[in-house]
Amino acid sequence: MAKRLKGRTYILEGDVSIEQTASVVGPFEGEGPLGKYFDVVNEDDLMDEKSYESAESGMLKNSIELLMKKASVNEEETDVIIGGDLLNQITATTFAVRDFAIPYWGIYNACATYTLGLQIASLGIDSGAFKKAIVTASSHFSTSERQYRSPLELGTQNPATSQRTVTGAGSCLVASGGGGPYINDFTIGSVTDLGQCDPYNMGSAMAPAAVKTLIEHFANTKTDLKDYDLVLTGDLANEGLNIAKELLEEYGYPGENITDCGKLIYDDSVQYVNNGGSGAGCCANVFNGFIYKLMKEKRINTLLFVATGALLSTTSSQQSNSIPCIAHAVTITNERRKYNV
Amino acid sequence: MAKNERIKSEEVFREDYERISKKNKAKPEYFKNAVMAFLVGGTICTLGQLIKNIIIGWGTPEQDAALITTIVLVFLGSSLTAFGIYDMIGRHAGAGSIVPITGFANSIVSCAVDFKTEGPVFGLGAKMFTIAGPVIVYATVSSWIFGLIYYLWGVIF
Repeated sequence: MAKRLKGRTYILEGDVSIEQTASVVGPFEGEGPLGKYFDVVNEDDLMDEKSYESAESGMLKNSIELLMKKASVNEEETDVIIGGDLLNQITATTFAVRDFAIPYWGIYNACATYTLGLQIASLGIDSGAFKKAIVTASSHFSTSERQYRSPLELGTQNPATSQRTVTGAGSCLVASGGGGPYINDFTIGSVTDLGQCDPYNMGSAMAPAAVKTLIEHFANTKTDLKDYDLVLTGDLANEGLNIAKELLEEYGYPGENITDCGKLIYDDSVQYVNNGGSGAGCCANVFNGFIYKLMKEKRINTLLFVATGALLSTTSSQQSNSIPCIAHAVTITNERRKYNV
Repeated sequence: MAKNERIKSEEVFREDYERISKKNKAKPEYFKNAVMAFLVGGTICTLGQLIKNIIIGWGTPEQDAALITTIVLVFLGSSLTAFGIYDMIGRHAGAGSIVPITGFANSIVSCAVDFKTEGPVFGLGAKMFTIAGPVIVYATVSSWIFGLIYYLWGVIF
C-alpha cells in the first residue's frame, strides 16, 4: 500500500512500473525536433475523419490499440483506462474508449491530466486492486483552437506569449511488478492562482503551480533539483520555464537539469509556435515518445515529471477571472529509491 | 531562502512571481510587425485602388465603381480564407490584413468554415457572426451616437 511520506508526498510500497508507452502525433509535431521518436506521425490533421473532434478521438483510440499491441495485453487483462483531454466534457477520450471492453475513469486536470492519471493508476495498482492500467491523454491543435480561441482560418496574430496546442495522444501501460521504469513516489499539487488573467500567457500562469509542487516535493523527500537526472515540467514553454527556473533559484533550488515538454516538442526557430507547445497530449507524447526511451536506455535514471495544467474555461476567462493552475509531480526511476525522512 | 524550505508566505511568493514573470514576459516584435502590417495593408489598399481605377476606366460611375471594388475585395478575402491562405498572411501581417475589408470577409468565412460540422443552422448559420457580429453591432451604435452629435451640432450652432 502507498504510504504518506510527508506533507502531500506519497511513496509506493510495491513495484509499479511503466511497462510500455505509445505516442501518436499530428504532422506538425512530426516535423518538430522529436518527430523521429514518436511511434506514429499522422500525415493529415483531419486523419480521414469528418471533424477535428473525431480525429482527436481516432488518434487516442489508435494510441491505445498500439499500446496494447506493443505490450501484448488484451482487454480482459486490462483493469481500467484512466484518461482525459481538453474538450468540453472530455468527449475525445470518452468517444475513443467506448469501443473497448475495458472500464473507464475519465479525469480532467487540463494539461496535468497525464501525471494525474499516473498517480491514480499507481495508487490503484499499489493497493492490489489493479494489475494493469492504461493511462492516456490527448489534445488536438484544431479542436482546442476552436473551443478556446478563435476559428482556425481567422487571420489574426497570436501574442508572443501564446503557445500552440500539441496534436497528439499518448498512452502508457502501468503494471504491477515489471522491470521498470518505476513510479517511485508522487506529490499531489494544489490549485495555485496568483491572479494572472491572460489566457494567451498560460506558461507564466502555470509556472508558480509547478514551482510550488516542486518545492513541496523537494522539501518532503529531502531532495534537491540536482538529485534528479532530469526534472521535466509539462508545457510551461520557454517563458514559463524561465520563470520557474528563476523562482526555484530564489527559493534555494538552482540547477540547469530542468527542462520543459512545451519547449522540447517544437523548434521555434523554424516552426511558427510563438512560445512553445501546450496541451494534455504535449507532455504525454514527449514523455512516451522521447523521455521514456532515454530511461529505457538508462541515459536518464531518475526523472521528476511535473505536468502543469491551467484550469480555465472560456466562460471563466470571458468573465475576467484569473487562471487557477495545478501541477502534479511523479518521480520515475530505473532503481527504486528510498528516502530518509 | 535556505535550502529545503517551504513557501511560507503566499504574499511574498506572489510578489516574487510578479517581479520575475514581468521580467521574463515574451515581447512582440513591434517594429517587424508594424513594417509587415504597413506593407501588406498598403498592398491590399493599392490593389483596391487599382481595381477601382480599372472599373472607372470602363466607364462606370465612381460610386458604383467603389461598390464593385468592395465586392471584389470581399470575394478575394473569402476565397483566400476558404483555401486556408488568409490566416497565413494574417500571421505575419497582423493588423495589415485584418483592418481592410478583406479581413472582415475573413472573420465571417473563417467562422462559417469552422462551424460547418455543427450543421447548417446552429453551426454555420448561427456561428458565422461570432466575430463579425460585435463589429456590426458597435458600428451601428456608434453611428447613432455620431449622428446625434452631428444633428445637435447643427441645431446649436
